[in-house]
This record gives sequence, C-alpha cells and structure tokens, in this order.
Amino acid sequence: MSDIKGTETKSTIQDNEEKRVGVFVCECGVNIGGVVNTKAVAEYIGTLPGVKVTSVNKFTCSDSGQADIQSKIKEHNLNRVVVAACSPKTHEPTFRACIEQMGLNQYFLEFVNIRDHCSWIHMWEKEKATEKAKDLIRMGVERAKLLEPLQASEVPVTDKALVVGAGVAGMQAALDLADMGFQVYLVEKEPSIGGRMARFDKVFPTNDCSICILGPKMVEVARNKNIKIMSYSEVKAVDGYVGNFNVKVEHKPRYLDVTKCTGCAKCSEVCPVEVPYDFNEGFGTRKAIYVPFPQAVPLRAVLDKENCISCKACAKACQSGAINYDMQASYTDLNVGVIIGAVGFKTYDPEPRHDFGYGLYDNIITAMEFERLLNAAGPTGGHVVRPSDCKEPIRVGFVNCVGSRDKATNIYCSGVCCMYTIKNAQLLKEKRPETDHTIMYMDIRTTFRGYEESYNRSRNLGVKFLRGRPVEVKEDPVTKNIKVRVEDTLAGEIRNLEFDLLVLATGIVPNEGIGQIQQLLKLSKAADGLLMEAHPKLKPVDTTIDGVFLAGCASGPKDIPYAVSQGSACASRATILLKNKKAITEGITAVVNPDVCVGCQVCISMCPFQAIKLDEQAGKANVVKALCKGCGTCVTACPTGALEQSHFKNKQILAQVKNVFKFQEVAA
Amino acid sequence: MSSEVAPEIPKGNGWEPNILAFCCNWCSYAGADLAGVSRFQYPPTVKILRVMCSSRVEPAFILKALNDGADGVLIAGCHIGDCHYIDGNKNAEVRINNTKKALAKLGFDKRLRLEWISASEGLRFSEVIRDFTEEIKKLGQNPVKEVKK
Repeated sequence: MSDIKGTETKSTIQDNEEKRVGVFVCECGVNIGGVVNTKAVAEYIGTLPGVKVTSVNKFTCSDSGQADIQSKIKEHNLNRVVVAACSPKTHEPTFRACIEQMGLNQYFLEFVNIRDHCSWIHMWEKEKATEKAKDLIRMGVERAKLLEPLQASEVPVTDKALVVGAGVAGMQAALDLADMGFQVYLVEKEPSIGGRMARFDKVFPTNDCSICILGPKMVEVARNKNIKIMSYSEVKAVDGYVGNFNVKVEHKPRYLDVTKCTGCAKCSEVCPVEVPYDFNEGFGTRKAIYVPFPQAVPLRAVLDKENCISCKACAKACQSGAINYDMQASYTDLNVGVIIGAVGFKTYDPEPRHDFGYGLYDNIITAMEFERLLNAAGPTGGHVVRPSDCKEPIRVGFVNCVGSRDKATNIYCSGVCCMYTIKNAQLLKEKRPETDHTIMYMDIRTTFRGYEESYNRSRNLGVKFLRGRPVEVKEDPVTKNIKVRVEDTLAGEIRNLEFDLLVLATGIVPNEGIGQIQQLLKLSKAADGLLMEAHPKLKPVDTTIDGVFLAGCASGPKDIPYAVSQGSACASRATILLKNKKAITEGITAVVNPDVCVGCQVCISMCPFQAIKLDEQAGKANVVKALCKGCGTCVTACPTGALEQSHFKNKQILAQVKNVFKFQEVAA
Repeated sequence: MSSEVAPEIPKGNGWEPNILAFCCNWCSYAGADLAGVSRFQYPPTVKILRVMCSSRVEPAFILKALNDGADGVLIAGCHIGDCHYIDGNKNAEVRINNTKKALAKLGFDKRLRLEWISASEGLRFSEVIRDFTEEIKKLGQNPVKEVKK
C-alpha cells in the first residue's frame, strides 16, 4: 500500500512567475451560444487583470477547439487556462490532457460550467444568463491565478477481481475476467449461483428453456479454475481504493460441511418440516434442509435454521456425516483491484390496494408465479392451474405495467414486461390451444431484435390485445373467477370481462440489500432506488468510484442480452486496470504544514479513511497520500490552519467567493 | 415537464437576490448538472462554487460571502448515508448549524441554508434554488450592502 510513486505534490515550489491566463469560451453549438452572448462575455473577461487572451469557439472540445487552446498557450506563453463550457464531470479530463500536452501541469486548468449551470437553465433570460456567465468566469479566472501544480498519483493494482452477485450478468463478468487469466471471487448471497434467470421457464423472444441455456454457464463458472465461488455469502465491509480494495466476506453457515456434502438430498427426504418453497415463488413446499434446486451450483444442501426443529433426522440420514448444527458464520478477507457489482433486482411486490386485489383473490397471480407454474420442474410439473381449485384455466387475462409506469409505484418502464407477457401467453397457448388469452396493456414495447416478430407470432396464435387498464377487479364469490371492468381505449367502450386466472406483469425494482452495497461501495443511488452509473450514455458500466463497475439490473431494468453485454463490458473495463497493473488517482489530497501543526490530532479523529497518522517523533500529523481521498473534512476541522487541501486551498476558494458579486457592484 | 414552458420572467428592474451555492462534487454539483441537462429552469440568482465535500465549507467562507454582500448562501451535499466520503456531510451539518446559530444573533441565519441534493435530483435542485430565491426576496437585500455604502 505504501509503494506509491509520484505522490510529491510540489506545492511547496515557489511559483512567482507572472500569471498569464487564457480564457476559452465555448458556444457548444447553440447550447451556450444560443443563450449567452459569448462575444460580450469574452470581451469583458479580456479586461480582467492577468487575462492575456480570450477566445470563443463553436466547440472547444473539438479538434480545432483544442488546437486553438494549444496554439494560444504557445503564442501567449500562457501558464493558466480557463475553459468555460459544459461540466467538468464530463470534460475536465479532455482539457487537462490538452494542456498537459503543451507542457503545462494538468492542474493549471480551471473549468467553468456555463452550460449546465447557466445557459440551459436560464434559456429565456438571455441577458441575465450573459451577466451570470461573466461572473462565473471571473470567479474561475481569479481561482486559476492561484492554482498550484500537482501530480496525480500512480497506485499499483492487485490483479484480482471481486464480482458481487452471481446472476447472469455477474457470471458473465466473472467468466470473461477468468478467461483473460485473472483471479475472480464471485460472491452470491443465495445458496446457489444463477440468480433470477434460473427461475424463469422460457426466455423471450426465441423461447429457449432458461435453465437449459443458463445451467451450462453455471457449470462453466464452477469449473473455471480462476473463479472462486463464494455462495451463501455476503460482502460485509469494503475499504481501500482503486487497485487495493480490502473486502470482508461473510460466509453464512449452511450447517453442513460443503466438502463432505454430495448434494444427494437424502437429508431432505427424511426432514419432517415443510415450508413454502421460495424458489417456486411460495408454491409447493421444500424441507428445512434442502438442495436449492436441481441444477444448483454448488450442488449442496443448506439447512434453514429458522425452520429446523433440531430432530437430527438429517444427521442420521447423511452418509457422509456432513451435518454440523453448531456451524458459525466464517469470514474471508480479500484483496482485490476491482469490484463489479451485479446485485440484480427483484420483481415488484404487488399489494391489494393498488394492484387489483392481489393477495385478496386467489386467482390473481404474478408473472413470476405464472413462470414457475409453466415450468416443467415447477410445483405442478408444468401445468398452469388456478390456486383456488387447481383447475386448468381457459380464460387467462394479463395486466401489464403493474409496478411500472405508475405514479403510485414506479414511474419508469421496466422494459421487459411486455415481452415476457407476450411470451407467457404464447407458451400456454401452444401447450393448450383451447385457452383464451387477453393482454391488457398501455403500450406494447418491442424494441429489440426479434421482439416485434414475437409479438406478431402471439397475434397469429390468437392472443388478444386490449389497450386499456382495468378500472375494477372483483372476484366472483362462487366460481372464484375474476371479473374485470376495463376501458378498451381503441374501441372507446367499457368492457366487462371474466377470467379464470389473472396474471399481473410485475415490474423490476431494486433488489433487497442494494442500499447496503451502495453504502459499502460509496455509490450514488437515483430517486428510483437504482444505482447510478458514471454517465448514462458514455460510461454505462462505470461508476463515480474508480475501480467499481456495475452490470445488470442494479443500474436499471434490463433484459438478458443487455445484462450479459454489461457483464462483458464490466470485465473489459476492469481489464484495463488489471492488465496495466496500475491506476492513476487524483492529486487532490490534504497537506500538513508541519510548522503550524501542534499535533492536537483533531484531524485524525475527523478523517473517515484513517488517512492521517501522528508522527510520534515530531508530534505532527502526517497525511498518508494513498489513503487520503481529498474530501477536505480535516482541513476545515484543523484549529490552527496547518492543513490545506491541495487544489481547494482556502485562498483558492476565497478568491472565488470574493469575486462572486463584484460585477453587479461595478455595474451599479 | 415544467421546463418545456417558458416560466414567468420577473418584470421591471426589481432587485434580484445574489446567492452563492457551495455544491459538493459528487451529489449536488451533479444534481445541478442534471437540472441543466433536463432544462429545469430556475432564476439566475445563484452561482455555484464546487468543493469536493460539503464538509470542506468553512464558516469563514460563509461569513466572507455575507460580508461581501451575498444575499444568501447555500451549502448542498449528499444525503445523509450517501456521502462519498462516508460521513463528511454529517460534519457539515454540525458545522453549518453552529454557524447558523452564530448568525442568528446578527439576524442573518435565514440567509444560510443547508440542503441535501443527490446526483439524481435535478428537479429538486431547481426547486431548492427557486424556493431559496423567494425566501431571500422576502428577507430583502443583505443589509451589509447599505452599511458599506
């Protein structure tokens, strides 16, 4: 952890050179230029002391825009550059690289946001937006003059990866990384890998058997010598930084020795306790000791201590003596260079009040439940039956957008429900042609390859599509049939329909424990509860935390091909770090001035990363640069002013503060 | 959304407040970016100053801004529990609340506001700015400006 190169911040170097600032105002096409009078802004900024040149470009980030910066640096011998354009969150690296090519320290760039924070939000107040742009840039110019050279640190990267979540996205990421030769730890909280896809019957649009295509992948994961599966385990603590994450993984007790268990399920046979089978969405039962499902990887039993009555029948039945009732949770400490979060999703849990009486009426089920009923390995051997009387339904209704596109639940579209409903109707229709299917939808969304064709196939099979949302759902107390009142918005009439079974197309919602992972990995969560990527378009699997990537439904609803692509994308992004064996980290850290530090240790108590240690001999605080994340908490807390945050020094921030309101005063 | 309709533009030469907003790099600055990308219009009364964490904002910065004539100062950070630096925002909360107490003695406490705005809350960012602008309008200009004249 200590062999970090180039951490010297050179902030002590005397920088008495005259400040020669160049200001580059971007029009961003009409995004800025259409609102802010860039010529007037440049003219005003040109009058500020220290500004040697100003320039207006249509697109400063373009080749010609960057060439303009570089030529002006040369021509005017500039030593500070201010770019007034979009957001530093997307374009700061571009311009840092641009000025660095000209021999300037990359931290001599000051980025001013006059698009997202000005032209775009003051679209109808052009004059005021222009004045505001002047203020913002003036703040930037004053700050730029005080910027000091810094050096980005280079940290070594441990060439091992952690993948959290072994659904199809996580498995793909693990496989790709392992095949590239890296050691991968694959942590899964359930007793078996496979995730949600293992529970699906068939998958759209080609209606392949889900477990038939997933099973071999699960086995491949298990056989890959570079992958260490940690099933029935959870990540409990993460610290460190890109290249050097220290992760604590908890292995929940299975109450049996996995090295002895053969997965023969003799224990289940003798176990007297029966509980609802979660794998079958609560249909049917499983024992208190059970093998999760026939294709489980690892194929090992697990004892559900909550429901176990300690009769010890399983211990007697187990021929390999694997059962151990006193097992405790164990822990493994991992050191990895990158972390891929593929924590998946759960389906929306309908409630009676919002969702058409689900839970009140027996014959309303969710699509996941329907999926298990369809499955040959499911509770009914593939016969779809009504829960009330176990009869096979003839008239089946499907309601789309349950828990999606609804202000009362989730406003987003889950993206997959149209397709799986179409697929479910098809499958039952093919199995039992006498059945009659009606899909009640708001819009049918068939966006990818083969989807529209699948929709057409359903129509040809005779599945009916009714555009409208049920307004009333009731149960017939005698027949237990479901009566639905729905407005057919295409025909413009109210329809009263009766179904033997009603299936709710429940949407995708954030998985349980997503909050825990978010906090452990320091990720951002969006208002919808899903995790946020670094950039929705250009960095869809990166996060704002270096070395942490996201795949699958953790960052929004996805279908299987999309989730698999993201798994591969994560592996590819991670490989850049793992293969280079080094990562560049920000040069922004806290710096102690030992002449002023009195060794009071307030900073040590404030630092959330334990990055400050007391130099016992000198009695002064000492910042461990590799651990410091540069938040500045300690700087603000330091009672003597001995601490400074490089790039955000007091004088640099105050230069901005002092210059916020100057313009109005001058103008007034 | 509201951004599609031109909002009412304040007429006349009415006084507009000047607000300085310290936004943390990870949540609130990104939230302000999202407000921009989504074109959620808000009054041009606010200027954003980026800091890495809300805990970096020293009371001295706030006092300096108010002394220089800021009509309002906003500190915006990640929601509690979402801080990029674990609990920097908790430190900020304590510090800003103490500063508020001190400012109360001068009658300036309403000119200081602390808000948690996440990277996904672009709409909320614009709402906070609009709301704070209205509040400052009610309070009137920073009296320091008069004294300094």
